[in-house]
Amino acid sequence: MDAKDILGLPKSSLPAIQEKKPRQPKESQRKPDGISREVYALTRDMAPLIPSIEVSQLKPRPSSEKEKISWQWLPFTSSARTDNLQLYHWVRVVNGVPPTGDYAFAKYNKSVDILKYSDEEYEKHLIDPMWTKEETDQLFDLCERFDLRFIIIADRFPTSRSVEELKSRYYAVTRSLIIARAPSPGDVSGHPLVKEPYNLTHETERKRALSTVLSQTRQQERKDAEILVEAKRIMESRMASKVAEEVEVPVSSVGNEGSEKATVPPESVSPSGNVHPSSSTAAPPAPRTDSASTPTSLRMLRVYLRTHALDQMVQAASSTAGLRTIKRVDQTLQDLGVHVKPKVPTKSVCAEHLELRKEILTLLNLQKQLQNKEAEASANRENSYTEAPSTPKRSYRGEVDRPFVPDSTTVGGERAGKRDQKRKASGRFVDTPPSPPQSKRPRKLKTSDG
Amino acid sequence: MPQTAPGAAAAASSKKQGGEQPDSSPAQKAQRSKTGRLLEDADKKTRRLKDVEISIPIVYGTISFWLGKKASEYNSHKWTVYVRGATNEDLSVIVKRAVFQLHPSFNNPTRVVESAPFELSESGWGEFEIAITLFFHSDVCDKQLDLYHQLRLYPDDDSGPQSTKKPVVVETYDEIVFSEPTESFFLRVQNHPAAIVPRLPAGLSFPPPGPIEHVNENKRGDTKDHPLSQWFMNFSEADELLKLAAARQQVQAHIVKLRRQLSMIDGMPQQSKAVSGQ
Repeated sequence: MDAKDILGLPKSSLPAIQEKKPRQPKESQRKPDGISREVYALTRDMAPLIPSIEVSQLKPRPSSEKEKISWQWLPFTSSARTDNLQLYHWVRVVNGVPPTGDYAFAKYNKSVDILKYSDEEYEKHLIDPMWTKEETDQLFDLCERFDLRFIIIADRFPTSRSVEELKSRYYAVTRSLIIARAPSPGDVSGHPLVKEPYNLTHETERKRALSTVLSQTRQQERKDAEILVEAKRIMESRMASKVAEEVEVPVSSVGNEGSEKATVPPESVSPSGNVHPSSSTAAPPAPRTDSASTPTSLRMLRVYLRTHALDQMVQAASSTAGLRTIKRVDQTLQDLGVHVKPKVPTKSVCAEHLELRKEILTLLNLQKQLQNKEAEASANRENSYTEAPSTPKRSYRGEVDRPFVPDSTTVGGERAGKRDQKRKASGRFVDTPPSPPQSKRPRKLKTSDG
Repeated sequence: MPQTAPGAAAAASSKKQGGEQPDSSPAQKAQRSKTGRLLEDADKKTRRLKDVEISIPIVYGTISFWLGKKASEYNSHKWTVYVRGATNEDLSVIVKRAVFQLHPSFNNPTRVVESAPFELSESGWGEFEIAITLFFHSDVCDKQLDLYHQLRLYPDDDSGPQSTKKPVVVETYDEIVFSEPTESFFLRVQNHPAAIVPRLPAGLSFPPPGPIEHVNENKRGDTKDHPLSQWFMNFSEADELLKLAAARQQVQAHIVKLRRQLSMIDGMPQQSKAVSGQ
């Protein structure tokens, strides 16, 4: 149609335009019956595209031909009541016949069977130094009234007794009564109360523990979880090693590094259990190399990778050091041209590597000590000397931070001049220091003089 | 918690080291009845040598070749992952089987290799972590050992044109350490080139073992003439030891200097700060 408009006679478009105008007023005038104006405006007399409601979905009308239902306001009684009160309610009457039977909810009126004792029975079996007969009677009365809801009973009890005490007394009395009344002990030995008497102290303890657990802070929770996981691992490893060949290591003999966790939990296993699980095998504890220096885990591993063993020993050795120090050790190793993790980890290489790390730690500690001492000393000397106190610190700090700067930084440059400019004492290790930087010497002389 | 009392452990250890010598003398052995020998073998499997460790140096890693013209989008490289003895000796005397766990996009990503050489070849396009699990013979160890290796197909340096002739080789050296090995394991490997076995402490000796069992007669287990052996890396501990020794010397010298400086600062030159440190 459009094409015709474009290509065809322009005249043909006119009638279209003309058509529109009269049509519009026509449409608004023609208001439909049956549906509202707005709905019609939306749907424009078109049928919906899809049926909106399936006819089969409609609920079939309840067939009202079968029975005649009516509702009546009738009185009723409940067997649960003891006072003959008559109440009224609506009742569904079918064909004129009202329903029979007890009140529907009467069946929920259950109560606990509390044993009642006579006075002779009390005298014979139930005397207790902590409880008077009066109290016991009151207790039992409350138990009956409140269906053994001890919280309420404790609240209502005239003298203040804890819930556990009340429970204990009640169960003890009932137990004694059961046993006393039974024709023979064998008959009641199956009774749960006879089999497992109420244990007051245990219960008190248990509730106390529960409330502690409930009131733990998140951090404590985490710590506890960690400890439990450790303990579990330790237990598993023990089971595993027991199942495997005989165990020879005297388990108690190990002194542990960094495994305080293992000693803390109550169910803990002796300290040799412990520590970080290996990435290479399942189980933990104690090691042995031929020399006596035994890192604590590893022994019961039976099989492990030497790199893993080295990692453990390194961790153990640097357990006292902070993260920064560990980073500095690694940096020092690099400066010295040594791989932070040996490329060829044989036994001797690993041993040397470990020793080197320990020596570097010692070195760093000494440097720190020196720094501190210098700081103190310079602070004292602040008054005596005109030179800025910061100088000694600076001169030492230079070598403290990177004492072993790799050779490549000094190679290729002119020696004396460049070295003086650099604060780092890199020259030291390339060669014997010919002329230490000017700033240092006066300081040094002074200290030796002082 | 069950703990072995030190007394029991000591008794057990003495049984191991002292007690079995008369059992193993050849003359008595010959006289034993069959059952006796069986018992003895069983004993050997349970008795362990204290303070002894056997180490097996291994190298594990991957070698991957670009497929060049034959490469497609999903198959650009062919690679081999393996575990070999560091000196290319046969590992099957110790390792019963190796399981290579590949990326889940491979068919049957769990590949089991039952005999030496413990290797697996595949082709693909992606780099991923391969988990290698080694299972040992029953008298060696009943626990498995896990190794992890990142497969690399592309060289790190210049992304120049890849060559089909020059592969990307990534190998890691490590040593499997068996602490307190069983007697039977010890006997089996004491003269095997794949294992580093220490000298036994004085007073204990074993008769020389019988011929080394060959697990499979058809295939060679060692990798000395392996097709890829030209690419194997050399790992020499000598270099590393040298560097370590030099480093230690430097550190020790520096420590001495610092100690001297510290003692000077304290203002008492006579202060014995153990200047000659270590």
